Parts: sequence; C-alpha cells; structure tokens
Amino acid sequence: MEHSTRHTVIFTTLLCVVFSVVVSAVAVSLHDRQEENKRLDRIKNVLGVAGLAKPGETLSPEELSGRFEAGLEAIVVELATGQVADGIDPLSFDQRKAAKDPERSRSAETNRAKVRRVPNHAVVYLIKDGDEVTGFVLPIEGYGLWSTLYGYLAIEADLQTVKGITFYSHAETPGLGGEVDNVRWKARWPGRQVFDVKGAPQLRVAKGAAGSVDKDPFRVDGLSGATLTSNGVTNMLKFWLGRGGFGPYLAELRKQGEMG
Amino acid sequence: MSTTREILLDPLIDNNPIGLQVLGICSALAVTTQLKNAVVMTLAVVFVLAASSVSVSLLRKQIPGSVRIIAQLTIIASMVMIADQFLRAFLYDVSLQLSVFVGLIITNCIIMGRAEAFAMQNKPWPSFLDAIGNGAGYGLVLIVVAFFRELIGSGKLFGITVFQTVSEGGWYVPNGLMVLAPAAFILIGCFIWAVRSFRPEQVEEEFHVGLLETAHDSELR
Repeated sequence: MEHSTRHTVIFTTLLCVVFSVVVSAVAVSLHDRQEENKRLDRIKNVLGVAGLAKPGETLSPEELSGRFEAGLEAIVVELATGQVADGIDPLSFDQRKAAKDPERSRSAETNRAKVRRVPNHAVVYLIKDGDEVTGFVLPIEGYGLWSTLYGYLAIEADLQTVKGITFYSHAETPGLGGEVDNVRWKARWPGRQVFDVKGAPQLRVAKGAAGSVDKDPFRVDGLSGATLTSNGVTNMLKFWLGRGGFGPYLAELRKQGEMG
Repeated sequence: MSTTREILLDPLIDNNPIGLQVLGICSALAVTTQLKNAVVMTLAVVFVLAASSVSVSLLRKQIPGSVRIIAQLTIIASMVMIADQFLRAFLYDVSLQLSVFVGLIITNCIIMGRAEAFAMQNKPWPSFLDAIGNGAGYGLVLIVVAFFRELIGSGKLFGITVFQTVSEGGWYVPNGLMVLAPAAFILIGCFIWAVRSFRPEQVEEEFHVGLLETAHDSELR
C-alpha cells in the first residue's frame, strides 16, 4: 500500500516514541529487582569462596543476606597505598565501573593477565568469626582464552594459605576452560600456599597434575584441554597478588600483624 | 486460506523454520549446550515472535511500504529488550548464561521472516498462531539438539547428572566435541536428514551443475 511521506514520518515517529516508552517503563520497573539479583549473586559467590556456603547449596535471599552480615565485612581499600578508604561505601561501590572511569582508575603496567586499567579502590571482604578476622576475600580478574574471568580468591588470616577460589563471570569454552567453575577443581585450591620466602606470589596453575598440598604447595592441577585458561588464572593471580594489585594492602596487613 | 490447525502445526515438522527454511541457525548453535538454556531461549523466542507478529499484524495497514523492514525491526528490538529485562529480573542465573544471545534474538531471521512473510499480510489471530507454531518449531529443534548435547557432552539433563562423569568421580568420559558449536551443526544435520527421510518432498532439487559452470566461466572472463 502506498502512503504519503507525511504519513511515513508521523508513523515512524509515533512508533519509535511508543515503543521506547514501553521499553523504558519495563526497564525502570524491573531495575530494582535486577540490581538485587546482582547483589545476591555477588554475595553468594563471596560466601562460597569464604567457605560460608557449601557448593550447590540453595539459599533464600534472606539466608544469603543473613550469613553475609554474620560472617563478612566489606571494606574499600586504596590499592596504591594499601590503606582502608573510609569515605567510600563498600556496598554501593562498583569496582568494574570504577575501573572504566579515568578519574577513578589508572592504566595498569603491562601484565600478562591483560588487565588494562586498575581501579584506585577495590572492595575486600573480611571473613570474621566474631570480632576476629579469619581471612580475606580479594576480587581478581584477568583474561583467559576468550574472555575476561572475574572471580574471588580467599586467603586465610596468615595471608599465605588459600581458603578458596571462584569465578562468577567468564565465557570460556564449556567443558574445557569453563571447568574453572567445576566444584571438584575448585576443591583442589584450599591449603595451597601463595607467597614464597621472598614474598613473591608463586601460586599458579600447573600444566598437568600437581602434587598434594604438602608436597607441591604452590601449584594446582591444570585444566586439561584448557592451557590458555589455566595460564590466564596463573597470570591474574600473579597480577592481583603483586605490586600492581593487592600487594601494598597485604604488606600493610603484615606490618599491622607484626606490630599487633 | 489455510486452517488454524495447519498454521499452528505446519512449522513443527512440515515447514520447520530451522529444518526446512534453515533460519535461526546461529542461536541454535550457541544456546544448545544445556537443556535449561534451550528451553528458556525457546520461551524468549516464542514471546518475541508472538508479540512482534501480533504488533506487526495490527499495524500492517499503517506501516509504509518504504520503511516496513525498519519498522518491523523497531518492534522486534523492543520486544527483545523487554524479554531480556524480564529474564534478568526473574531468571538471573539463566540470563547470565544466555548473555548476549538474548539480545541477538533481534537478528534471528525467523522473527523477521515471519513478520515480513506472514504478519504483514494476515490478521492478528492467524499471525499469533503462526508465530506460536514457528516458535515451537524452532524450540523443538533446539530442545532435541540440546538434549543430545547436554547428555553426551556433560552427562547431564537439566543439570541433573545422568551419567557420572570421570571428573566427578564416575565412569563416563564426556565427548568434548558435543559442547562445541560444530556438534550442533552435526546434530541439526541429522535432524534434517531424519525429517527428510520421512518427508521426501522436503528434499530440494539437485543444484544444476550447468549453472555453476556458467558462473565460473563468467568469473574467468
């Protein structure tokens, strides 16, 4: 059917306006729910890596929040100095957004984890048993084969022993690199050691099998068929535990530990 | 005029969008590693297809011929965004896994194809049935493919272990090929083969070799 130009212009304008209003209305009305989902997902991952939730355990939102409040405390750390930044609310601080904001981040030194920008601040979760801090959950990220992997590494209060590791977002090949999600693989991490005597991060993913925790403390079994993802995990651990990442904060903690 | 029954059931086997029309292959490769994802993707596509077909059909007399494709696309894109927002709000875990493929429903040729080929010429109710039928036809293939990929590739169905894999301490060595995209190609190929063995009328005429030679000659010149 032929239509006049006037009809075409009016029709397309109306069409765009009507559908943008509909889409915006849906997006706005569901926004809170979506943010809540993201928050709960983050909490679930932190609880899991801190050993406060068992893998595969289904928890209601209330239980998640409850356990989080009972066993964890979020703080914001200034990465360069290792000082706790009191001025920033850890619950609303979005580290990934901050890393993209030139005002709140710096470009990273060339590194094999292919981290380009490091935020000035990062959220660290303190694992608490009453008032005593029994461990730390550090966010880590880095490039694998196809994608950036985002996850958490939990270490004990001795800043040396691994409590757990998890990845909550990645797009590695399912069945190969995607096995970074595998519960049995993640179960090989607790007890491994992070730093050598010189204080350099040595924790890494081996190519092939690694020995037991006592005999081979710095290495974890590689993921078969996923050398590049395994290397990616090694690289990101090296980066985030080193000078450019949480190095200064960990040094600060050690100093406090010696004084205390 | 075809009957309601035909409009609804034809796309399942006789005129399957993936099997016969060979549309929507891209997403069929991407989301079929797990049954759960395939089912959610199917529901999302059925929703988008139905909503956009009905909208296009309602507006079919007003949509100017010169801009009809972009007008259809505006409608489809809006429906996709709505579906995506709902997934993120109510099925967060699945939406993480489907990630970009929900957004890519926009580029799923089935939806454009049905809007252009059917909804532009028909009343809302038949358009709705046509959309449901085609969505179901798409979903049927997705679910069949996902069933085999998940079972053979990871020994599970809907995430529940059926074959205990070696990495979980069992006996089953999963077939790594099945979790990669080529496996979906092979399975879709088998599906088309099976359907066409029962419905020989779906087999295309042999490509005329003479045409190829002519084309080749003209290229040389």
